[in-house]
Amino acid sequence: MTQTTPLIEARGLIKSYRGRRIIDQLDLTVNHGETLVILGASGSGKSTLLRCLTGLERPDAGSVHIQGVDIFADDQEAIASLRCRMGMAFQGGALFESMTLAENINLPLSEFTRLPVSTRQIITRIKLGMVGLEDAMDLFPSQISGGMRKRAALARALALDPEMLFFDEPSAGLDPVASAGLDLLILQLKEVFQVTLVMVTHELASAFSIADRLALMHEGRFLVVGSTADVKKSKDPIVRRFLERIPAKALEGSNFYQRFTESAGDSRAVPEVNNE
Amino acid sequence: MVSQFIRGVGHNSLGLLAEAGGVWQLAVASVDCLFVGPFHGDRIRIRPTILLIVKAGYNSLSLSSLIALLAGMIMALQSAQQLGEVGAISLMPNLVASSIIRELAPLLTAIIVAGRFGSAIAAELGTMKVSQEIDALTVMGIHPISFLVVPRLLALAISLPCLVIFSDLVGIFGGLMIAVGVLKLGATGYMISTFDALQLQDVATGLVKSLIFAVIIGLISCRQGLKTQGGAEQVGRATTASVVHSIILIIAADLFVTAIFYLKG
Ligand SMILES: Nc1ncnc2c1ncn2[C@@H]1O[C@H](COP(=O)(O)OP(=O)(O)O)[C@@H](O)[C@H]1O
Ligand SMILES: [Mg+2]
Repeated sequence: MTQTTPLIEARGLIKSYRGRRIIDQLDLTVNHGETLVILGASGSGKSTLLRCLTGLERPDAGSVHIQGVDIFADDQEAIASLRCRMGMAFQGGALFESMTLAENINLPLSEFTRLPVSTRQIITRIKLGMVGLEDAMDLFPSQISGGMRKRAALARALALDPEMLFFDEPSAGLDPVASAGLDLLILQLKEVFQVTLVMVTHELASAFSIADRLALMHEGRFLVVGSTADVKKSKDPIVRRFLERIPAKALEGSNFYQRFTESAGDSRAVPEVNNE
Repeated sequence: MVSQFIRGVGHNSLGLLAEAGGVWQLAVASVDCLFVGPFHGDRIRIRPTILLIVKAGYNSLSLSSLIALLAGMIMALQSAQQLGEVGAISLMPNLVASSIIRELAPLLTAIIVAGRFGSAIAAELGTMKVSQEIDALTVMGIHPISFLVVPRLLALAISLPCLVIFSDLVGIFGGLMIAVGVLKLGATGYMISTFDALQLQDVATGLVKSLIFAVIIGLISCRQGLKTQGGAEQVGRATTASVVHSIILIIAADLFVTAIFYLKG
């Protein structure tokens, strides 16, 4: 496999839930060592897209190839060997609640390596240390905060030194300092290990600091895909609205306010909202 | 009232039928993991299986023993009354032992295990499903069936027969208590006629039944857990369904096996 063929290639993905299209004819390529950040409002189908890319959700149509392996059609062994080289951190963490953090990180190590216990313990400690959780290794997921869960999920995704990482909103719900720390960690991973990253977020600041390429998702499609500069230059009204944080519902809100005040017998003028 | 009752029966049966396909798939996949997987680098997880056997025993032993004791006592009183009328009280130990071993111990123990351990399996796997832990396993390349279902099936297939044998002993002891305490029969004589009456086929029937019940409980509860979608409410629903469906199937299978052994002679 040459370095010029994309590492991840999705063609014509379609996914509907109960007749509602969540992913609509979507194409996507991710190159070796690249960081693609997928931006989008909540409910725009970002998590569903990641689930299709990682083979968790079978799309209604379209294909996903990772390193040339069709993850919905090829034989189980090819897919299994691929899985050992990818890590995923879920939006909610998805830590194993019946295991301590150390056991969570140890699980992939004990399943896929023949390392002796002591080595696995050291690796576990290093991975938890990378996300600042070495003091919490013997705690259960239910005993730690949401931000710590996210970081523990990241540590688990990193356990086998994956070549590809999928992140679903790693920094959502973190305090600003922890969030910046996570961005820094991701940048280091990128530079030191040349990890290929597909990251979903709606944190604009971390998106722009990490991304090689950005894609903005809206109603199951990408409105723009390109470098950070391309995205910043985009004239698409929805992209502008997203980047400038203009609430889409502002106009409806003022209508509601108007109706409310009129029915209360108050004819005061409703303040104009400049929407677009 | 009657139509509501019929609808209720229909609803439960339809629920079971709708499950048949999924349960069958799970069964095939489990057999694949258990017998084919080891030749492809997958392994049987011994340690979790042992922990689950301990858990199943711990969950159900006290309750199933209590129930077996009471059932043995009931059987003794019931048969003493009937046999006494025809002057055949000497057959009582025989009747008590064979009904306990062939019928009551496997059935009652399986129902208790379905209620305690089966429901725990459905709740655990259901929670793992809705919190995406199953997805996390899949992404890692760990097969959820080999990692979660096979150890639970094995644990049930080992622990349920053991629990049944224990219930057999406790049930016979319950009969003995009534015979000695209430009917004033001799304990030694009672035990001797019990062992005289026992045939290998009685014990075999009981153990075959308990193995079949174990597979039923395991497949139904794992299936209910793994197909859970949504949130905590759905986990509760899966837990209840696992118990209801297991009990219906256990009793149906009991009839089936009893009929086969009866026809065979
Ligand atoms: N399993 C599912 N069943 C039904 N609808 C779903 C399911 N998963 C996601 N959806 C719907 O798909 C839409 C997109 O969800 P998601 O991909 O999680 O969005 P995002 O991650 O961008 O916030 C939502 O409206 C959600 O209700
Ligand atoms: Mg999401």
